[in-house]
Amino acid sequence: MDTDTISAISTPVGEGAIAIVRLSGPEAVSLANGMFQGKDLNQVDTHTIHYGKLLDPKTNEMVEEVMVSVMRAPKTFTREDIVEINCHGGLVSVNRVLELTLSQGARLAEPGEFTKRAFLNGRIDLSQAEAVMDLIRAKTDRAMNVALKQMDGRLSHLIQKLRQELLEVLAQVEVNIDYPEYDDVEEMTNELMIQNTRQVHQEIERLLRTAKQGKILREGLGTAIVGRPNVGKSSLMNALVHENKAIVTEIPGTTRDVIEEYVNVRGVPLRLIDTAGIRETEDLVEKIGVERSRQVLQEADLILLVLNNGDTITQEDKKLFEAVEGMDVIVIVNKTDLPQQIDMDELREVAGDHPIVSTSLIEEQGIDQLETSISDIFFEGDIDTGDMTYLSNVRHVQLLNQAKETLEDAMDGMNAGMPIDMVQIDVTRTWELLGEIVGDTVQESLIDQLFSQFCLGK
Amino acid sequence: MNTFDAGHYDVIVVGAGHAGVEAGLAAARRGAKTLMLTLNLDMIAFMPCNPSIGGPAKGVVVREIDALGGEMAKVIDKTYIQMRLLNTRKGPAVRALRAQADKHLYIQEMKKVIENEPNLTIRQGMVKELMVEDGVCKGVVTETKAAYTADSVIVTTGTFMRSKVLIGDLAYESGPNNQRASTDLSVQLEELGIKMVRFKTGTPMRVNSHSIDYSKTEIQPGDEVPRAFSYETTEYIMDQIPCWLTYTNEFTHKIIDDNLSSSAMYSGMVKGTGPRYCPSVEDKIVRFHDKPRHQVFLEPEGRNTEEVYVQGLSTSLPENVQKQMIETVPGLEKAEIMRAGYAIEYDSVIPTQLWPTLELKAVEGLFTAGQINGTSGYEEAAAQGLMAGINAASKVLGKEPVILDRSQAYIGVLIDDLVTKGTDEPYRLLTSRAEYRLILRHDNADLRLTDIGYEIGMISEDRYARFQDKKRMINEEIERLKGITIKATDQVQEVIQQAGGSPLKDAVNAYDLLKRPEMKFEMVASLLEERKDLPEAVEEQVEIHTKYAGYIQKSEQQIERMRKMENKKIPEDIDYDDIHGIASEARDRLKEVRPLSVGQASRVSGVNPADVSILLVYIEQGKIAKVSGDEA
Repeated sequence: MDTDTISAISTPVGEGAIAIVRLSGPEAVSLANGMFQGKDLNQVDTHTIHYGKLLDPKTNEMVEEVMVSVMRAPKTFTREDIVEINCHGGLVSVNRVLELTLSQGARLAEPGEFTKRAFLNGRIDLSQAEAVMDLIRAKTDRAMNVALKQMDGRLSHLIQKLRQELLEVLAQVEVNIDYPEYDDVEEMTNELMIQNTRQVHQEIERLLRTAKQGKILREGLGTAIVGRPNVGKSSLMNALVHENKAIVTEIPGTTRDVIEEYVNVRGVPLRLIDTAGIRETEDLVEKIGVERSRQVLQEADLILLVLNNGDTITQEDKKLFEAVEGMDVIVIVNKTDLPQQIDMDELREVAGDHPIVSTSLIEEQGIDQLETSISDIFFEGDIDTGDMTYLSNVRHVQLLNQAKETLEDAMDGMNAGMPIDMVQIDVTRTWELLGEIVGDTVQESLIDQLFSQFCLGK
Repeated sequence: MNTFDAGHYDVIVVGAGHAGVEAGLAAARRGAKTLMLTLNLDMIAFMPCNPSIGGPAKGVVVREIDALGGEMAKVIDKTYIQMRLLNTRKGPAVRALRAQADKHLYIQEMKKVIENEPNLTIRQGMVKELMVEDGVCKGVVTETKAAYTADSVIVTTGTFMRSKVLIGDLAYESGPNNQRASTDLSVQLEELGIKMVRFKTGTPMRVNSHSIDYSKTEIQPGDEVPRAFSYETTEYIMDQIPCWLTYTNEFTHKIIDDNLSSSAMYSGMVKGTGPRYCPSVEDKIVRFHDKPRHQVFLEPEGRNTEEVYVQGLSTSLPENVQKQMIETVPGLEKAEIMRAGYAIEYDSVIPTQLWPTLELKAVEGLFTAGQINGTSGYEEAAAQGLMAGINAASKVLGKEPVILDRSQAYIGVLIDDLVTKGTDEPYRLLTSRAEYRLILRHDNADLRLTDIGYEIGMISEDRYARFQDKKRMINEEIERLKGITIKATDQVQEVIQQAGGSPLKDAVNAYDLLKRPEMKFEMVASLLEERKDLPEAVEEQVEIHTKYAGYIQKSEQQIERMRKMENKKIPEDIDYDDIHGIASEARDRLKEVRPLSVGQASRVSGVNPADVSILLVYIEQGKIAKVSGDEA
């Protein structure tokens, strides 16, 4: 009946070791296959399950190890093709898988939509119809409440502001069109429109960056401690954990032994990654292999790179610096209780822009400065603590991403010299998408804007 | 009442304004025996306000009317004094024609068409009463006691229902231009349970052309390129008359400000809601107080009259203030007012009480069309008249109703807006009301609608054959261009460079070259070995279809999504009280509007996506119930 493919997390979020992202619709199998490394899902038998890896087709990076079930229509819950992706239960993994399916062209399912499709496709019998309606109503109301609660007042205000800016641009375009002889309004040219839309575009991009920030607030700043053997990695780990109350301990994965430790450092939730590796081997890079450590590093949002004050900088240290290039790094010169052998000038050159903190973990020195550096890194730049607008809802992020894309279409059109009334189609769409975030897409408001902004006659 | 039997007609049209004439002609042309009754035979298709037809959105509507076999385009093409194509510097989607009309010639020309239409009778008479039995309209009775029976009745009484003219503190019962108001019909409609709303509009003064000093104004000539509204017009009027532009100033504004309390609109005499898009000059000064000047267009009302319409000074100020005010405007210092401006208040039907065919839900066989439905503008009225005429005939002849959707025509947007959302002010079409305006262009109204016009018998075989030819030529030329390779020769690069484009790196086909924004059809054609001899309209279509293919495709995808919801029909006997889980506001609105499709339901204000989902489930449930019932 509906021809698009929908996707949603179908297990309770944050609970259980395994989570399932479910896809339903005509493209479910091919869409999943496009990001699956393993068997060709288009070829496998129906109602079979397959082990493999999920890759982000854009970057070819591995996202998750997964088990994928393929169930073809009509013997499925919705009577459409269904694919269920079983992944790790943590918020991070399951959200990443969901986002990946959305970026591949699935649409985020409306509340109760799987059940609705099951019903509309005749899977559920008549007696259950009322239950379906109740479900849609309840889920929609709850989703709306949750979405509204999740939506920070500032976010909604910000989106409204962007919409208003676009609306004024649109109203000016419309006036030029509907009242071509009206002389009191500047002709909206492509140049003028580019200026106005570029600002909105930048703001949308900034908001999307905060989406990542908001995710970190919910899920913790993935932090990896790296360094040569015996530089004090586990001491650092212990210092951070003891100093700060651990929030969660031991979330065992299913196919991979990752132990994560959650600590709260000055309001920044740190998720210390692969601390087990550090504890057991004291040498992340060597013992678990280059490939694995690369992956751990990639997952990290923050790297704490530990050096020994009582030793010179070695080739190995330099390799570590290379491995974390482009990431947020804090360089820790530990063991200041030992005589200084490290060449600080050389270090500053190798470390580049990364902050350097000196500590003596044994003497409990320098931990304060380290914590300051961590919170500085998190709250840096244009996002300060007083004015943090976070985008946290997956639906919001998806809509904002779409808004960004349509606005880019508009800007491409302007640059290609397309007439303004063509380009306007994409700008209007952007305005509508932003409206969906705040739950407001009334067409009439453009016309209201038109008549309140301009005094129109002919 | 002591009536006499005046005969039976298939369709009766009450009123002969812009809605009435199209309704009468359409019903007659579809084969229904039709009677038109009008207050005054000399005022057929009269323009009581501005002497112009067309403009953005409205001009497209005029062409849509033409493609469906209506008359407005043909008559204005024979009677204009000036024609302009607007928005020429913008894209093709928003270009539109506007004509200055000769009001008097327009009346004569339209009257001639009506008098000569087979199947159509026109008669002067005031309808006093509708014959309604058990919720079905059976005919009309005039004040001279003539009782006409009919299968369908279309009421197109414009602004005449309980209308009141206001100038300063003067108020009197009257239709526009001192014609008789119609009181009984309005009362009877209310008795039938039809809800009415009071709207207001206005018109400016007319001045004598001899008293205008045009040297103080700017000339606004017509286009030199001959153009016409109708796709059938081949003869153009070359002798055009210009309009003139002047401005109000601080002195004008001061006079208005000082006398605001004597304006009927501001003294509290006017109760109706006026349109924002066509404000009175009082409104302009009050709402945009800081604006130093407002445009005033001087538009001749015809070739054989000296009356000039003062566009922009619509007012209900007392006549002496109108005189003082106008004397402050450059060029009008000595202007002689021939008719004073006035405001007019009238009853109109709240249009959500109509089916999309424009038949009233409460009274079977009774249609309303035009300004009576809360719109304004000749074009909006004509469009509704045409559709009401087509559908009244459908009903009588036992044929399918004709409902245009929002992607097919501005007419579809207009009617869907009216019957689904209603309106808080006199409704005017704007291009911004259309979601798919790239598809609803003035250049392709024939391509969109001629098939429908032909199918319902409004388009002749001859015309249809010409139309098929045009379609074929467009497709063939596009295919031909795709097959022609253009090499990056010096000549080619030079043409591109002169157009301001970047040079070719490789050979391209002619179609792709035409896709470039800077390349006009003319330029690409000049690079071809063989240039087909094609009509200009065909070349225009080829260029638009090629150049904007990406955008057109995007719009078409949107339309496809919309259609899916449009195609999900809601059973007519649906009981909204029986639907579990629908929000109560949505329930009330749906019961009132009674949308025909899920798509229409989703546009009703107060109906949210969850309600639409639930509605879908309920409708499917009904289908399943039927199937299982059949089995048992």
